[in-house]
Amino acid sequence: MSARVAVTVSVNGTTHRREVEPRLLLSDFLRHELGLTGTHVGCEHGVCGACTIRLDGAPVRSCLMFAVQADGHAIATVEGLAPAPGRLSVLQEAFRDAHALQCGYCTPGILMTVSAFLEETPDPTEEEVRHALSGNLCRCTGYQHIVDAVLLAARRLREG
Amino acid sequence: METRHIGRAVTRNEDARLLAGRALFVDDVELPGMLHAAFLRSPHAHAEIRSVDVAAARARPGVVAVVTAEDLGAYWKPGPLLVPPPPIPGVVFRQRCQVPLARGVVRHVGEPVAMVVAESRYIAEDALADIVVDYAPLPAVGDLEAALAPGAPRVHADLPDNIAAEVRQAKGDYAAARARAAHLVRRRFRYDRGASIPMETRGIVAAWDAKADRLTVWDTTQAPVVIRNGLAAMLGLAESQVRVVAPFIGGGFGPKIMMFYPEEMLVPWAALRLGRPVKWIEDRLEHFFATTHERGQIHEAELALDAEGRILGVRDEFLMDTGAYDPYGLTVPLNSQCTLLNCYDIPAYESRFRAVFTNRTLVSPYRGAGRQHGIFVIERLLDAAARELGLDRVEIRRRNLIPPDRFPYRNEIIYQDFAPLTYDSGDYAALLDKALAAIRYERFLSEEQPRARAEGRHLGLGIVCYVEGTGIGPYEGAKVRVQPSGKVTLATGIGTQGQGHFTVLAQVVAEQLGVDVRDVEVTTGDTDQFDWGVGTFASRGAVVAGAATHEAAAAVRAKVLKAAAEHFECAEADLVLADGKVSIAGVPERAITLGELARLANPLRGAVKPGTEPGLEATRYFGPEMGATAAGVHAMVIEVDAETLRPTIHRYVVVHDCGTVLNPLILAGQIQGGVAQGIGNAFFERLVWSEDGQLLNASLADYLLPTSLDVPRMELHHTVTPSPLNPLGTKGAGEAGAIPVGALFAQAIEDALDLPSRGIEIAEIPLSPSRLWEIVHGGG
Amino acid sequence: MKPAPFEWHAPDSVEAALALKAAHGDDARFLAGGQSLVPAMNFRIAQPAVLVDLNRAPGLGTIAQDAEGALRIGAMARNARIERDATARGSHPILAEALHEVAHPQIRNRGTLGGNLAHADPASEMPAVMLALGARFLLRSLRGAREVPAEEFFLGPLATALGPDEMLAEIRLPPLPPRTGTAFLEVARRRGDYAMMGVAAVVTLDADGRCTHARIACCSAGPTPMAAPLAAAALEGSRLEEADIAGAAALVRQEVDPMGSVHASPAYQRHLAGVVAARALRLAKARAA
Ligand SMILES: Cc1cc2nc3c(=O)[nH]c(=O)nc-3n(C[C@H](O)[C@H](O)[C@H](O)COP(=O)(O)OP(=O)(O)OC[C@H]3O[C@@H](n4cnc5c(N)ncnc54)[C@H](O)[C@@H]3O)c2cc1C
Ligand code: FES
Ligand code: FES
Repeated sequence: MSARVAVTVSVNGTTHRREVEPRLLLSDFLRHELGLTGTHVGCEHGVCGACTIRLDGAPVRSCLMFAVQADGHAIATVEGLAPAPGRLSVLQEAFRDAHALQCGYCTPGILMTVSAFLEETPDPTEEEVRHALSGNLCRCTGYQHIVDAVLLAARRLREG
Repeated sequence: METRHIGRAVTRNEDARLLAGRALFVDDVELPGMLHAAFLRSPHAHAEIRSVDVAAARARPGVVAVVTAEDLGAYWKPGPLLVPPPPIPGVVFRQRCQVPLARGVVRHVGEPVAMVVAESRYIAEDALADIVVDYAPLPAVGDLEAALAPGAPRVHADLPDNIAAEVRQAKGDYAAARARAAHLVRRRFRYDRGASIPMETRGIVAAWDAKADRLTVWDTTQAPVVIRNGLAAMLGLAESQVRVVAPFIGGGFGPKIMMFYPEEMLVPWAALRLGRPVKWIEDRLEHFFATTHERGQIHEAELALDAEGRILGVRDEFLMDTGAYDPYGLTVPLNSQCTLLNCYDIPAYESRFRAVFTNRTLVSPYRGAGRQHGIFVIERLLDAAARELGLDRVEIRRRNLIPPDRFPYRNEIIYQDFAPLTYDSGDYAALLDKALAAIRYERFLSEEQPRARAEGRHLGLGIVCYVEGTGIGPYEGAKVRVQPSGKVTLATGIGTQGQGHFTVLAQVVAEQLGVDVRDVEVTTGDTDQFDWGVGTFASRGAVVAGAATHEAAAAVRAKVLKAAAEHFECAEADLVLADGKVSIAGVPERAITLGELARLANPLRGAVKPGTEPGLEATRYFGPEMGATAAGVHAMVIEVDAETLRPTIHRYVVVHDCGTVLNPLILAGQIQGGVAQGIGNAFFERLVWSEDGQLLNASLADYLLPTSLDVPRMELHHTVTPSPLNPLGTKGAGEAGAIPVGALFAQAIEDALDLPSRGIEIAEIPLSPSRLWEIVHGGG
Repeated sequence: MKPAPFEWHAPDSVEAALALKAAHGDDARFLAGGQSLVPAMNFRIAQPAVLVDLNRAPGLGTIAQDAEGALRIGAMARNARIERDATARGSHPILAEALHEVAHPQIRNRGTLGGNLAHADPASEMPAVMLALGARFLLRSLRGAREVPAEEFFLGPLATALGPDEMLAEIRLPPLPPRTGTAFLEVARRRGDYAMMGVAAVVTLDADGRCTHARIACCSAGPTPMAAPLAAAALEGSRLEEADIAGAAALVRQEVDPMGSVHASPAYQRHLAGVVAARALRLAKARAA
């Protein structure tokens, strides 16, 4: 057993400090230490994308990092997307309007992937959207409505 | 029918919560003092257990308990049989149900041998490595045909062979049909194992409240009421002492209904014994071994036709892989047996199947649940027959469709719900015509394909028909209540895994009560809210619970009108129920809200009149006498790279008839998701086993789920022939998308590569570029 | 799927990292992007006693051209960065082309080129690209530094020339001569998957279109990335006409030694080697012109 290590991270703008075992996965840290259960876990080997968060802005798999590695970094999770409690962001609204989620298990990871993608690619083609989504598995929707939602969100964001 | 909410593309009530990351899934349950379980699982497909030594694991700091079969005492017994064999004469069924922890012998890789309960999942997994099991490996049964060979190793040593079940069903006189036939087509088909792989694995949290004497279990089950009842019986508790909650579930697709998974028996037991909450979340590796699979079948089939290509009869004989135990009975092979008849008027049918025990993970229904096998067999036979008779593939289908005036159409054999297989309504030719138009069939054959061929490109088309028996009994119930706030609550016993029940059922309530869909709060899967019901499977949730909801809401509507009529001292016929209030027709200012009426109906003084009940509430049950049959046609245009054998889907058309549509947006989602799983099944997903029964691709890196680049944009069309079997006229739609895709791929790829002209046919699913290459190059 | 316990160090210098590795030897593993190591640890296939996390050690992530025009990539340069780096895209466009096929953006945001090469998965794209580019690797330890050519680095599946105390510190790619075309193509089951067959091709033409130099290397083609020297030699002096390419493709088919997987039989992989090599060579030729 190895000694606990102090971690200080900012998650959605709030700073958290904890002492954890080095082996604690960042996904478990977010979910079970910080209670931010919006980030989901579907495989713990990097394939499904359900655990995708943004680390200093970049989407990454939280199941493939140790919490101790996040020390000093800024993390964004699905809980931080909405502009205010009870409201949804443009992206989240587009997902609802296009029926882009069924069980909703994959959705947080997809939202985090897409939020970064749309910052880089504000006017994507369907092909680009499909590429951007290809690292996030969804077993329910067949992706079509997710693609529609991303295109819809992009349009709404461009049109302000 | 003029509707206000039914049939509208209403966005979903549940989405805001899910999108904000605020929905409760089982692994989100955190309780003070909670312990974590992990399971030691068999590394062997088949082995004798000589000894299990858990001393070191028990001694590890942080470990609270280590449990083996011996420690379970009288609690150790095989699980119950979930679905008994059907009342078919001569049926053979050998019940061998799974046990909570293996004792003496393990029968598949991943079978649980011991449970560790520890302060964290990390420590529990550390302790698994401390357990020493002495196994003596036994020869394993994998291949279905080898399993039946004389002298084959036996999965259950107390049985004479590996046959789990045998069922024969017949309609008409096949021998006579065969004797009359101008043409016979005989083929062998093979379908391999796959898995449902919901994005959320299974999980259970159990907590015993010693002060209240109650057990609460959060379970990823599709059938919470059934689990509650079973758990109470096993643990010696009253049903009212057990609450099972199936909260938000990250996809189910069938395998999240079992009774019981070993972990489902053990985690609540441990919580009771230890007096602390216990959580077990299946990890993805475990999921590949511990959650049920489906699909393995081998068919030998024969089609008898007259000279015009009309079907005189079909004979089919098949083997079905049931895995190491058979607690789910015969649902899957019965579905295959019945669905083979498809939408065709087949006068004679003779079918026999044998379910076979193998040293593999258990089999239970997974979306489609055996139906795709039946469809694959009949559609492939028709493709071959069309070629041999020189008929167009569409023409041979058209000649055999059941005409619209033949409904209800009786198929005489027994379906999975034990009722005679009867199609309630349909117009199959209309479906076919719509699909032909949408895929531009004639133009494809006359222009597109020849042009592509001239350019050296390999374009092919597939078009395939299917039916789906849906919405079977026995029953579901619903309780509707108007709250003093004016909101309406609905509770049902089904679980929900993303099908949109929070919205679709709210629409049904809103339709009756004239309230906003957003003001209907739906609770599913909490046995404290509603504890009668069967579960979400066989595309029945929206149909059966929807019908019960409709009846309950209609009963509340009657109460509302009665109460309002008394309040206004007017006739009910003069009242208008809309926008959350009741008003007098033509006098909109004389109105009372539903909330006020609810308060009046629950007075604190005075007396509730004899013969009436307080409140605006009603509970109703609905049990259809038989299932409603949905139908459809899928068509696609595919291009295959002749060098790499990789296909690209250019167009995909679905024409579907599931009766009355409750919500077209949600229906589209169900179909698109089904097609995606069908594509996975047809071309990407295959569980690969070694000779000795090891699963070789137990990870999401190697078991390939389709991604956003593998699933094409789909074009959906509908026709509507309402079901006469329920008040809403609905038929289920949950599985339809997945059913015909294997047959469609096979036909389209054959067409693209012009394989039949080279004497090559595709007779198996799943395919892959590598497998196709072997088939094309004669390694078939 | 939780990792076994380990001792974690995040040294703040390369020297400190080397000292830790020297002290713990094979019991310690470097942690780079973690995109191969952490999944293996979650499956408990890998259970290192000590992790030396390189993410805090400065100086390992640079991407720059040196005086001789060679591209130098620090082992800890993230794949996503290399993919977008203007210098790298300019000097060796095949890097971005191949990296695009390596997993998904979220994985490339963490994964490093050094980690990918040190992992030495024979199905991985980048080792083959390194062979085709004639890369040299700088290995460092407390004992000193040495340069190893790519073809001597990969010894077998997940096996490299790295000693127990050594770190892969830098990747050095010689400049591509004028009129050189490169291409990386693969056939995978899905985007982002390891390839069933992948081919990196590099061809240099002289002023009148004659091939003066060619290199071909394949992934998923054997126990290590597999070069196809006979095929490459056959192309030299030719004009890369269809017949020349077909001849080379046939040689590639013979030079590979695919092991098969759950996705592809060895026979199919061998067939693909020819198909993909021909396509890559055509593309490289077009780009060289
Ligand atoms: C879903 C998924 C899909 C993937 N698909 C592909 C794919 O298609 N193609 C592909 O090539 N890869 C793929 N990968 C692997 C990915 O590219 C990894 O990033 C890469 O293989 C390892 O790089 P890393 O920086 O993450 O290394 P790590 O995982 O940190 O380390 C890998 C190994 O290298 C050692 N190591 C790391 N750095 C050094 C160093 N500087 N010196 C010495 N030893 C070192 C480590 O100790 C470890 O043994 C995939 C990964 C995932 C999760
Ligand atoms: S849980 Fe991290 S990628 Fe699946
Ligand atoms: S909505 Fe269920 S996995 Fe995507």
